[in-house]
Order: sequence, then structure tokens, then C-alpha cells
Amino acid sequence: MTRQDVMNKVIEIVRPFVKDSAALSAVTAKTSILDDLKVNSARLVDIVLAFEDEFDIEVEDEDADRVETIGDATELVFAKVA
Amino acid sequence: MKDRVVVTGMGVVAPNANGVREFESALRDGRSGVRRIPLLEELKFGCQVAGVPQETDPIAQDLFSAEERMAMSAGMVFASIAAVEAWRDAGFSRPSAEDDSVDWETGAIIGTGIGGIDVIGRKLVPFTDAGRVRRLGSTCVEQVMASSASAKIAGLFGLGNQVTCNSSACSTGAEAIHLAAERIAAGRATRMLAGAVEGDSHYIWAGFDGMRVLVRNGNDNPAAASRPMSAHAAGFVPAAGAGVLLLEQLESALARGARIHAEILGGHVNCGGQRQGGSMTAPNPDGVRRCIRGALRAAAIEPHQVDAISGHLTATMADPLELRNWARALDRGAAELPPITSTKSLIGHALGAAGAIEAVAAVLMVRERFVHRSLNCEVLHPKIEPYAASVVQRTRKMEQLNIILKAAFGFGDVNSCLVFRHWDA
Repeated sequence: MTRQDVMNKVIEIVRPFVKDSAALSAVTAKTSILDDLKVNSARLVDIVLAFEDEFDIEVEDEDADRVETIGDATELVFAKVA
Repeated sequence: MKDRVVVTGMGVVAPNANGVREFESALRDGRSGVRRIPLLEELKFGCQVAGVPQETDPIAQDLFSAEERMAMSAGMVFASIAAVEAWRDAGFSRPSAEDDSVDWETGAIIGTGIGGIDVIGRKLVPFTDAGRVRRLGSTCVEQVMASSASAKIAGLFGLGNQVTCNSSACSTGAEAIHLAAERIAAGRATRMLAGAVEGDSHYIWAGFDGMRVLVRNGNDNPAAASRPMSAHAAGFVPAAGAGVLLLEQLESALARGARIHAEILGGHVNCGGQRQGGSMTAPNPDGVRRCIRGALRAAAIEPHQVDAISGHLTATMADPLELRNWARALDRGAAELPPITSTKSLIGHALGAAGAIEAVAAVLMVRERFVHRSLNCEVLHPKIEPYAASVVQRTRKMEQLNIILKAAFGFGDVNSCLVFRHWDA
């Protein structure tokens, strides 16, 4: 799985939680999940659980806490599946 | 001087109809919403029928985002659908996602008898017991907290007045409307969304089945299973749904030219103290009568002015006692009791939501001046025979219907009664 494959899947997982869907159409690795996509911060927990299910990985809470952007999420997952 | 309070919006999710317009025709036609529930048979319930709202998923998909739906219990979905209908019916539109304003003059009292036990049963308990608390994610608390429905509804419309949840068992829905009306009458809010909800969950119904208070001999004929006032009444049919009224200060309603469905003249809530024949599960008759009379006093209505009654009438052994309490509270002989009907005969007993769904029915009846038929009571209970002329067997037009009473009684010996008046524009 390439980094781009992971990022595409990350975006699909985040999509249902996004309040500003216009921002999603211009998403890059630098896009902030909370500030740009307006995801409710409480839902980050559910997004990480969805990563675990989708990629069959385990994410430590400390690692999850460091995720701010789509790029952060992609790197976190890519490091575990690569 | 108290502010007058009127109903300017209504919404309903009921076992026999979604939406107020459809609900009115279901009431007029005497359409039953009671169905066989295969899961209850599988789980060996004595009662294998229930009144469950149908086809609510497409409505929810239309009204709420995927993210919202993920964090909603069954009850939150029913209540939110009903609240959106009531809000729009009152002439308001839903705020856009960008609208950051708060409506400080509008609140919500949305009660529930049992709450989000569907989520507790499906998720919270099994995950917790399996040592998988981490997998509960972020949505569990907001689905199981008692105030989940009122909290969700506040967010839908940006409500800034009192937002809370009341709970008084099967008296909840009528109590919520009473509490909200009092708040407006006291000048503390201009508008209140008021009502109640109960989700559809076998976990809610199991305890009642264990008590043997649900009907056990109606499984083969669901539409005939709910039999309030009947000689064959053998327990109630459990049900689910939501009813929401938008109550408004009269001046505000008139100023904005709102359609007024009815006026709520007053109401009363009390408790029989679980004394004098009352208990956790049975009413103190004096408490019931005092509640009805208290509502009439609050409404400045004399007993002889009451034109129709929407009873609590669940199809248990309490029905004959209820009829006697109505007659005594209204100071009338059995033959002079106003027409009385049981909406539960059509939809079953929606527990905490019953008083709210049935209040929507009561407002429709007083607005359109009819009383819907009470199903399945062709052969009356012997103790109800003396009231036979008052029991509405066929939907009847009542040109003079001006005042209707709606009562709801609940475990804990709690009572509530509302007085609605026909609104002449």
C-alpha cells in the first residue's frame, strides 16, 4: 500500500465526520482535521477506532493525540502498515 | 397576570403514522400501529407485539448527517424528527450550518421514561463487560444520558432558554408539556419545544413483560391486541415514538401571525404519595382526582365545561378505576361522562412518550372537533358498562367540542392532566 493509498483511505474515513465538505474537496496533507474540516474534536476518538478497523492496526492513545492534520494521520497509519 | 400559552407547532412519530397530517387520518380511521415483532418471539417474550414507528430511517437520513445519526439512540432519532416537524410547522426554518446565533427566548423540555437503553444493551454493557471500554468511542455518553433527546434538539435549533429532560414514567410526556407551558406563562420563555420520547427496544419492554403487565394473548392478532376498556383487556401493548409541541406565548404567536392549533389553558401534576391504595405501580384515586381538578382550576374551567377526554387507559385492570375517577373528578354520573377515548387502543402504550403523542392527538381532536374511535372495546368491561354511552366506538364529529382534557398517569403514583381549548381565530 502506498502513502497515497493510505491518505485516500484516511480521507474516506474522515469524510462522514466533516462539517465543511467544501474544504474536503481541496484537502492536502496539511489540512487540519479540526480547524479546516471542522470535525467535532470528540469524534477524533471514533476516527482512530475506524483507522484500527480499516487497516487492522492498533493505535496508542499517545500517538492518536499527536494527530492534527490529514498528513499526520496518514503518516501514523503508513508507519504501521508499510 | 400570567401569559397565555398556545400551540403553534406539532410533530409526531407514532406507530401508526409519521407526521401530524398522516397521524390525523390514522386517528380518524382508527388505524392500528400494533405489529408482530419477530425478535420478541425469538426471545420468548410473553407479549410478541408492539407499536413501533415505521420507515423512520429515510426521514432521518434526509434530516440528519451521517455523523449526527451515528451519535443518536433510537429515541434521539424519533424525538429529533418530531421536533423538526414541530419547528417547521410553527413557521420556522432550521438554522444553516454557518448560523452561529442563539435563540435565548426558546427552550426545550423533552422527557423520556427509560432513555437510551437500546444503546446501553447493544453497546455499553457488552463492551464494558468484555473489557473493551476503549471501543465505546465518543458517542456512547451522549446517547445514554437521560437528557440526550433534549440536548440534541437544542443543538438542532440553537436553543438558549431552559433545555432539560423530565422523567416521571408514563406521566412524562404530559408533564413535559405542563412544565414548558408554566415556564412560558411565568414569562421566562417565549417558546418551548415540549414533549417526550421512548425508543423501540426489547430491553425497555423486557421488564414490563417480566411483570406480566403486557398483553400475552394478542400475538396472533396484533391490531386487536390493545384493548383498553374492554372486557377482554389483558395488559398493555408496549410502544415507541415521540410527540413534540411547540408552545408559544400568545402575544408572540399573534404578532408573527402564526397558525394557532389550540390554547393550553392550564394543567396540573401531582403524586398520590403511594398511600390510600396507591403504590409504586397503582394510583391513589384521590391523587388522580385532585390532579384533574387541579388542572381545571388552573385553567379556570368548571367540570361541566369539559367536552371530551383523552384518557390514560392502557388496557390493564386500572381502566375501570380510571373511568370512575374521571366521573368523580368531573362531578358527573356515569351516564353523563363526556366522550372518552384511548389513543393507546391504536398505537399501544409508548410509556414516557405516551402523554406527548396523545397530546398531539388531543390537540388535533380539539382543533378539528372530532373524537377518534377507541378500538377493540366492543364488549366493555362490566365495570365500564355504565359509561357505555361515553366510550367512543366510532369516530365522531363534535361541532361543539371546545375543551378536551388529556391525562397521563405513571409508576410512582404520579399524575398529570392538561386542558386544551379550541382556538377560534
